[in-house]
Amino acid sequence: MSEVADTTRPAIAAGMRLQWEAAQEAHVLLYPEGMVKLNGSAGAIMSRCDGVRTVADIVADLERSFGLSGLAADVRAFVSLALERHWLEVRE
Amino acid sequence: MNSPKPVGPPLWLLLELTYRCPLHCVFCYNPTEFARTGAELSGADWLRVLREARALGAVQLGLSGGEPLVREDLEEIVAEAHRLGFYINLITSGIGLTEARIKALKSAGLDHIQLSFQDSTREMNDFLSSTRTFELKSKVAALIREHDYPMVLNVVLHRHNIDHVGEILDMAERMGAQYVELANTQYYGWAWLNRDQLLPSRAQLERAEVITQRYRERLEGRMKIYFVVPDYFETRPKACMSGLGSVFLAIAPDGIAMPCHAARMLPGLELPNVRTSGIREIWYDSSAFNRFRGDAWMKEPCRSCPEKHKDFGGCRCQAYLLTGDADNADPVCDLSSHHGLVTQAVARAEAAAAASAPAREHVLVFRDHRTSIPLVTGARAEPAEAGP
Repeated sequence: MSEVADTTRPAIAAGMRLQWEAAQEAHVLLYPEGMVKLNGSAGAIMSRCDGVRTVADIVADLERSFGLSGLAADVRAFVSLALERHWLEVRE
Repeated sequence: MNSPKPVGPPLWLLLELTYRCPLHCVFCYNPTEFARTGAELSGADWLRVLREARALGAVQLGLSGGEPLVREDLEEIVAEAHRLGFYINLITSGIGLTEARIKALKSAGLDHIQLSFQDSTREMNDFLSSTRTFELKSKVAALIREHDYPMVLNVVLHRHNIDHVGEILDMAERMGAQYVELANTQYYGWAWLNRDQLLPSRAQLERAEVITQRYRERLEGRMKIYFVVPDYFETRPKACMSGLGSVFLAIAPDGIAMPCHAARMLPGLELPNVRTSGIREIWYDSSAFNRFRGDAWMKEPCRSCPEKHKDFGGCRCQAYLLTGDADNADPVCDLSSHHGLVTQAVARAEAAAAASAPAREHVLVFRDHRTSIPLVTGARAEPAEAGP
């Protein structure tokens, strides 16, 4: 698994689209001829990956929004997985 | 009996916008009677289908045909689909994809283009000899890349081109393809008519896989290659459409709604038409879409099979074409008492390859208005003798 730094600014990968689907009550990731239905936490993370916010920003925002702490390791692990699967990318 | 699973939304919507096509592919899965089907839906009809399907939760949209670029209102259809929140895939031969049109499609919100390889002999020969077709595909590929779409190439394989898989991948590389799908022919429609001329031998298949693997290693990180094995060489059937009526809804040019691309051929299936029924009623209430839901329709060996919820008994159309009964197990399964029909077809392909019968001696039926006929007339269909 690749190392994800706090300063990494992940974005939804080119050719993919993240959107909320009311019919599935979930965020889904759409790509050519396929779709991934995300669980609640994955949806919450992915919907904050806009290429502007850093991983540290995303962690802080999630902790604030959900009144939780200690999410950094989970968020980094998910971002790393999503980068490997090409759901997310890091632009230059 | 298990309590039936609740029916989910038709997540995958395929609109076959037209059967019109400038090409005449021998492996086309369009119905062989396509020229006898009714008039095409109007643009207003398609927009209504999009709105109703989206309201039910449809989200992946395929636009195909025929050649969808033949429809002059394609841009309007794309724009409405985009406004509704569909992810839009265009499946095209590239014929008619000009700079002006790709710009219009892009600004209308088209998400993805799959450039498909068409005519198995004429176009492929032309492509491999680097002539007109190669020029056309290269031009279209360049347009696709210039407009920031991933360059996705789909090539249908069969006996007469599978030995050229290396040359095909060389050409794909020169065109700058990022994804190449090498899809072996599936035997429906025109391909079914031509099956005994198209099925490769096992040796051909294995050679092609070895070559493909070599290219995969060499082009790692630049080009992703998918190789789809023809199911005739398998011993378990494909989970066709993840079960009919589960996620997939196709609408044919004449408005017929189908639970799979080829369902028009299934006897006794009263396919509803979007001209007279709403999408909600079609998906949830019509007899055609409920016919193969759950497992109550299954016969043995599927009914008591532990894998029945994995492959759903395979493909209903293949079961019908080969055994004459759509409720039978897909004979690709080696537990089917009809599996011999599949192994015999493969054996005939082996024999033909061993005799190295020149391809041109067999008559291939090119998809054409002139040759358009109903494929299935009797209770049981056999691949027709090709030619007049």
